[in-house]
Amino acid sequence: MQGSGEQFPPGDGAEELPEPRAPHRVIGTPPPARARTLLEAPPQEERQPAERWLPAEPSNRDQAKRAERVVAALFILSMLASIGFIAAYIGLEVGSVGATATSNLWLGLSMSVAFGALAVGAVIWVRYLMPNVDLTEARKPLASSRQERAEFEETFTEGAEASGFVKRPLVRRTLIAATIPLAVAPIVLLRDLGPAPGTSLRHTVWRRGMRLLVFGPNTPLRPADFAIPGQMITVVPDGYEDNQDALAKATTIILKFAPGQLKPPTVMNWTVDGIVAYSKICTHVGCPVALYEQTTHHILCPCHQSTFDAARGAKVIFGPAARPLPQLPLTTDAAGFLVAASDYHEPVGPSFWERG
Amino acid sequence: MSKTTDALLEGTGRFFDDRLRVARPTRAFLRKIFPDHWSFLLGEIALYSFIILLLTGTFLTFFFQPSMTEVVYHGAYTPLRGVRMSEAYASTLNISFDVRGGLLMRQIHHWAALLFVAAIMVHMLRIFFTGAYRKPREFNWLIGITIFTFAIFEGLFGYSLPDDLLSGTGLKITQGVLQSIPIVGTYGSFFLFGGEFPGHLIIPRLYIIHVLLIPALLLALISAHLFLMFHQKHTQFPGKGRTNANVIGAPMYPYFMIKTGAFFLFIFAVLALLSTFAQINPIWLFGPYNPSGITAGSQPDFYMGALEGALRIMPPWEWNVFGHTLAFNVFIPALVPLGIIFGGGALWPFLEQWITGDRREHHVLDRPRNAATRTGIGMAAVTFYGVLWLEGANDIIAHQLQIPLFTLTWIARFAVILGPIIAYWVTKRICLGLQRKDAHLLEHGVETGIIRQLPTGEYVELTRPVDEDMRAVLEYNRVGAPQLTGPPTDADGVPSPGARSPLGRTRTRLDRVITEGIPVEADGHGNGHGDGHGNGHAAPAAVTAGEQEGGRPAGPGPDQGGADGGDTAAH
Repeated sequence: MQGSGEQFPPGDGAEELPEPRAPHRVIGTPPPARARTLLEAPPQEERQPAERWLPAEPSNRDQAKRAERVVAALFILSMLASIGFIAAYIGLEVGSVGATATSNLWLGLSMSVAFGALAVGAVIWVRYLMPNVDLTEARKPLASSRQERAEFEETFTEGAEASGFVKRPLVRRTLIAATIPLAVAPIVLLRDLGPAPGTSLRHTVWRRGMRLLVFGPNTPLRPADFAIPGQMITVVPDGYEDNQDALAKATTIILKFAPGQLKPPTVMNWTVDGIVAYSKICTHVGCPVALYEQTTHHILCPCHQSTFDAARGAKVIFGPAARPLPQLPLTTDAAGFLVAASDYHEPVGPSFWERG
Repeated sequence: MSKTTDALLEGTGRFFDDRLRVARPTRAFLRKIFPDHWSFLLGEIALYSFIILLLTGTFLTFFFQPSMTEVVYHGAYTPLRGVRMSEAYASTLNISFDVRGGLLMRQIHHWAALLFVAAIMVHMLRIFFTGAYRKPREFNWLIGITIFTFAIFEGLFGYSLPDDLLSGTGLKITQGVLQSIPIVGTYGSFFLFGGEFPGHLIIPRLYIIHVLLIPALLLALISAHLFLMFHQKHTQFPGKGRTNANVIGAPMYPYFMIKTGAFFLFIFAVLALLSTFAQINPIWLFGPYNPSGITAGSQPDFYMGALEGALRIMPPWEWNVFGHTLAFNVFIPALVPLGIIFGGGALWPFLEQWITGDRREHHVLDRPRNAATRTGIGMAAVTFYGVLWLEGANDIIAHQLQIPLFTLTWIARFAVILGPIIAYWVTKRICLGLQRKDAHLLEHGVETGIIRQLPTGEYVELTRPVDEDMRAVLEYNRVGAPQLTGPPTDADGVPSPGARSPLGRTRTRLDRVITEGIPVEADGHGNGHGDGHGNGHAAPAAVTAGEQEGGRPAGPGPDQGGADGGDTAAH
């Protein structure tokens, strides 16, 4: 068809009959469907109209008449709601909590009604305005016939033979050899997504002499300021109070105990006047351990309920965490403020392969 | 139709057909039959939630700034004015309070995400319990599981974007879990976050994954899912006249088109209504993320609950060997429970095929009771998941019910193992009981309540046979009736050598378990025909796909009647 270079007149899709469409040859009574055809086919041969598939009228006409009015009412309701939505958008400003709440209420309500009325109307339309049908369609086996399979096999084999892929091993093997590094290349390309971990997970920013600042007000603390046993507060390293990357590992809790309450394996040399410091980062998956129960000295992680005994070196009492919270060595500086005596002696936070 | 409309339609139709030659395929499309059942709407809920997610999500991208640059907030929400926060959080506040309709779109987006995942879950349960995953629909089952997996990640990543305290905590947990994976975990975490947690790259990266990468994959998978459903035609429940060789229902045009359009609007209306009256994820109450802060009783979105619960009930096992740390307490709960459910789900259709040797096409659904073992296994999985899911909220449950938290965790540790076993057993007994009831109905008919005294003085209750519609439903694919059962044998009934190997014997034993059921007596008294012999309309005519490669030869016996009658007819 392309090769012939023949031009078909517009509006004619048929290959066999490149005749102009009009006039129709009408033999006998034209089928009723002809007058309403959407895609006027060329008059190849007179097509007998197929038997009606769907009845044109609903089974219950009275019901349909009532339903029609309901459907129309719902569609009008939807229209009004949509107009209401536009009006609410234009008329209601946002910019404060109260104004946003009002705007959200009217926008949401009008939107719900606009969609909902349309949906209900359409369902009533299908249910009561359209005839009930239950039609059967045949289901053919999904697999191809033997012949189709055989033909496919022939075509495939012919192609394979013509390509020489089978009989030219040199081409085949070098092609396979070429694709392997090609597949590796994009993986290599992703290498610079992030730095290698190195030993960074083993350290925090805590250094000898670094002051403990109370989280929030960011003020240093003397042991005397924190004198009531049973308290727990969060502290951050001086100079890093706004550094999220540093805080993600270095956030620490300090707890005050009465004399004699602290027991091993708490390292007593690392405490100051019954004040002990532990990492706030849970050794399970790294949530901040934020809950403290004074009477039992239990520190509880709110994420997965790992429970640590603060009086006994924060050892695990319950829950999925496997290791105690690391203890931060404390001392005081010349001005009498609480400071770190060193960094943590072991990695803080959740476990990792290289931790050892 | 008026003359102008006619002309317009004719013109449009001709315009396309001249260029595309689509009259015939489009007509076939318009006439495509869709069977009707409420449970077939579950997948549609997921589909339409996805479309609503695309629409509302696109709106949100016009205003959201996926940046972790620190800014000082000066927007409409007064309690947070002057607070330092990331641009991501500040722009989410702006969407909520400074963009008209922004809060509504945000809430619809979140509710639609929950509905999307929930609908996928319920849809998959429907597919499993009715056996709709069986040949030829295994591909679509696998695509569905992949969609489900992506949907969970999509939800998690989207939830992490606003950079509020809750989402930051969720991200920290994700990072901790990733870091625990042996050998690759630490590198994986550093590559994903561009260094240590939290860094400055994670939100832009999650953003592009959330708005482009996963949605594109989901769109492709959903298209494939729909295409296959369309190509293979929808399954149908057993009923009068419904066989493996037909599909009964209403045509696409105009019925299904309008119904499904209405359903889309209805889902949109429900989501809009929820977003009007049910507040979700009020990030302004949580505050910006800070690694030192956390709130008690915080909960992830519901689809993360099972993972959360698995993390909570795991005992604190950790090994240090050869200078390496194996955090069993983290990576086992993170990978194993969902691995069992997703992996087991993916393998099940093939395992079932191998055990039963049933390689026929199935287009008529099973009633769950008629596949007692499968239903039992499904309920075991539901229980397993359910215990983990509930345990994900153990702090809230403990608080509400005043049960000590540790006691509750110990209960869950046992329940996660014993629960599925009990669920399997109980479900199977219930299914067999229901089968027995159905068999009774078929054999003795429906009780009428009329008592008659016989001449001998004996009283009997009259029964009437079950009607045609019900008989078609009750009889379809009863275990013991039209099933291919029994070990693979040759023509003389001698088991093949393969069947005598340990693997073969295991298979035979599993086959006996999987096909366990209450048979309907072949010559059931009362109503005559029992198992569909010669009962053309009710008998499941199996359409076989060419050869039954590797399929067990149909063993001799009276069992073959119903299914194989149709089988041979199809050849």
